[in-house]
Parts: sequence; C-alpha cells; structure tokens
Amino acid sequence: MSIDWTALGQVTAVSVGVTIAVVVVFALGVLGLARFEGAREDGGGGTSTIGIAQAGLCFLACAAVVAYGIYLIVPQFH
Amino acid sequence: MDHITFLVAVVIVTALAFDFTNGFHDTANAMATSIATGALKPRTAVLISGVLNVVGAFLSTEVAKTISGGIVDDTLVSPGMIFAGLVGAILWNLLTWLVGLPSSSSHALFGGLIGAVWVGAGSHGVHADKVVEKILIPAVASPVVAGVAALIATYLAYKLTARARKDSVTKGFRLGQIASASLVSLAHGTNDAQKTMGVITLTLISAGALGHDAGPPVWVIASAGLAIGLGTYIGGWRIIRTMGKGLTEIQSPQGFAAETASTTVILTSAHLGFALSTTQVASGSILGAGLGRKLAEVRWGIAGRMVAAWLITLPAAALVGGISASAVKHGGNFGTVVVALVGAAVAAGIVLLSRRNPVSAHNVNDHHEVPVRTAAPTSVGTAA
Repeated sequence: MSIDWTALGQVTAVSVGVTIAVVVVFALGVLGLARFEGAREDGGGGTSTIGIAQAGLCFLACAAVVAYGIYLIVPQFH
Repeated sequence: MDHITFLVAVVIVTALAFDFTNGFHDTANAMATSIATGALKPRTAVLISGVLNVVGAFLSTEVAKTISGGIVDDTLVSPGMIFAGLVGAILWNLLTWLVGLPSSSSHALFGGLIGAVWVGAGSHGVHADKVVEKILIPAVASPVVAGVAALIATYLAYKLTARARKDSVTKGFRLGQIASASLVSLAHGTNDAQKTMGVITLTLISAGALGHDAGPPVWVIASAGLAIGLGTYIGGWRIIRTMGKGLTEIQSPQGFAAETASTTVILTSAHLGFALSTTQVASGSILGAGLGRKLAEVRWGIAGRMVAAWLITLPAAALVGGISASAVKHGGNFGTVVVALVGAAVAAGIVLLSRRNPVSAHNVNDHHEVPVRTAAPTSVGTAA
C-alpha cells in the first residue's frame, strides 16, 4: 500500500488556494456592486463608476475560473 | 439480444434503480445551500441540477473501466454478485434518506460489492489495501480539506464585505451561488452516472452481449443519465433539509464559499485521480462555512450522526450485499427473485415510513430536523 502524500498535498494546496482566491475576488466584486448601488441611491456619480468597474472586473475573473472549471469537467475539450 | 439472460436483465434494472437513488440522495450536495439561502427556488434548483446531471452523463466519455476501481477482483465478479451488491447499496441509500443523513452513494456501492464478493468468491476477492487507499484516505482527507477551504474563504468573505450594504451583499452572493451550485451538479453527473454505466457495460461484457473493451451503447448512456437526472429532480428533500438547515444556518456568502470549496476539491482530486465522495466533500464544506462565520451555530449533534453514518455506510451495505449474495449463490434464479422481492418490499416500507412525516419542496426550509415519527400525537384523537 502506498499513500501518495505528494498528490494529497497538491489537492489540499490547490483546493484551498483556488477556493480562497475565487471567494475573495468575488467578495471584492460584491463590494464594488454594493458601492455602486449605494452611490446610485445617494445620487452621487463619482464612486459609482469605480464601483461598477471593480465589480465587472472581479466577476469577469470569476467567470474565467468557471469557464476553466467547465473545461476540466468536459473531457471533449481536452 | 440472445445474450441477455434473466439475471443480466435483473442486474440492469437494479443498476438503474441504484442510479436513481444515487441521484436523489445527492441532489443536496449541489443544491442544499442554494435552496436554504433562497438563491434558487426549491423546484428550480432540482430542475437545474437534474438537467445538468443528464448533460454530465452524456459529456462523460471516461466511463468506468472497472466496476470498483480495483477494490475487488473484477475477474471474480459475477452478475449475481453485482446484483447483490446493488441491492445492499440501494437499501442503505434509502435508509439514510429516511433519517435525512447525507451518506456517500459511492461508499454504499463499494460496500455492497465488497460484501457480495466476499461471500460469493471468498475474502481473497477483496483487496484490503485498495480499500484503504481508495476509500479510507480520501474519506478522511477530502471533507477536512473542503472544510478548511470553506472556513477560511467564509471568514474572508465576511471580513471584506462587513461594512458594505447588506442587501447588495446577499443578492450578489446569491447570484454567485447559482453558478457554483450548477458546477457541482455538472461535475456530479460526469462522475456518478458513469459508475452505473460502467456496472451495466461490464455486466453486458461478462454476459457476452458486448465485445471486450466495448464502450457503453447509447441506450446505456441514455438510461443511466435519465435515471440519475430523474432521481435528482425528484429530490431527496430530507437530505436537502439536513444539509441546508440542519448542520448550520447558511447565509448566501457561506453558501457561495461552501459550493466553491466543493467544486474545487472535486475537480482537483478528479484531475489528480483521487476517487472521492461528493457527499462528504459537500458536508465538509458546509461545516467549514458554518465555522467561518462568527456566531453561526454548528449543530455538532447532527454533524456527529452524519459522521457515524459515513463510518457504517460501507460495512452496512457490505452486510446486506453479503446476505443477498449468499441467497443468489445458493438459490440461483429463485434466490435472485427472492432477494429482489424482499429488497423491493423493504424499499416500499421505507417509502411508506417517510410518508408519515414527508419533507417536500414546500416545507424543506421550515425546520432543521428530519423526524421519522409523527411529532404531533395530539392530532390522533381528532383523526379517529
């Protein structure tokens, strides 16, 4: 019996790293969205563009990760 | 189709029945947290999950080449043993569903097969070292890894968004949950439907209906995909309640973190060739997400029962599989029919028991417990 500690360690490191990265980036996107919605209600225009840009950028990054996930799931793409 | 004997036909039907229980047992893995946080309506959630499971079944070309991945000696496995193993797996899946416990369908299948082969071919047919390597280690490691990932991610998500508008945050993470839950469903379809396809294909090969190294015929892919999709759509509401409400009260940032953790753990380990249980990964993620939010209550009693169910899944399914295998071995076709009838009767009994206290799309979020007995004895007098 051989336990592949390297592979186990890889799974751990990659899983934890990717999860944290995706959730943090998504949280930043949500933060931008919240800022945009908050500014829109207050009537101010200045921070709202930065907010929506931040949200768009972050969600785009998450979408890229999702696309990569689908690529990994579907064997026809390999 | 001369090669399809009575036994082979029974095995195919039983395999599809297992696939169905696999589907409704595992709906919770992808959708429980989305349903609990209101990201998706219960009916919509199971529909999306069901469709994605069917899609996943068709996408997956890497159909299991071995029945068990080397856990049992495949050359010793007969259709009768496969049948006995499947019966053990189905009954265990139904029993854990009745009490609302998320247990691993893969472990139930492996357990049933181990028991059946042990009795049918002797203990040398079971590879103990493979059991440790392929089942025990991933079973311990994967929920812990998913839990740690979800815990840190949840903590950071709350920390980052602490001062932002509450409703924007909730709404944003709910939208994200739809994507993350869908990915879990798709990954599930590509993994779990192909197990059943593998079982049916190998049975057909052993019966001579298909050539060696033949891939699964289209009808096998279609029926396995539909069985798991239909099971998913019917929805194991009892398990969805336990995972979405029972372990901890889930909010949308936690749900997103948990589903992201589940997806990454499932995908990275599949990529590196680890077989693991989607159920255990998803449960680990939810517990981690519960711990990551301050003041979130984790119900350790339910978590403990869940872990206990994981521990006995394999031996319990093995026991039923072994008993069924001895009936099939000594009773031939007659024994097979008896096992099938007894199995169907027990399954019907479990379904009837669940009717006493049904959990459905309408009341899945109302409570966090899944009682088996009716909780309100006061209504007995008026009913009579």
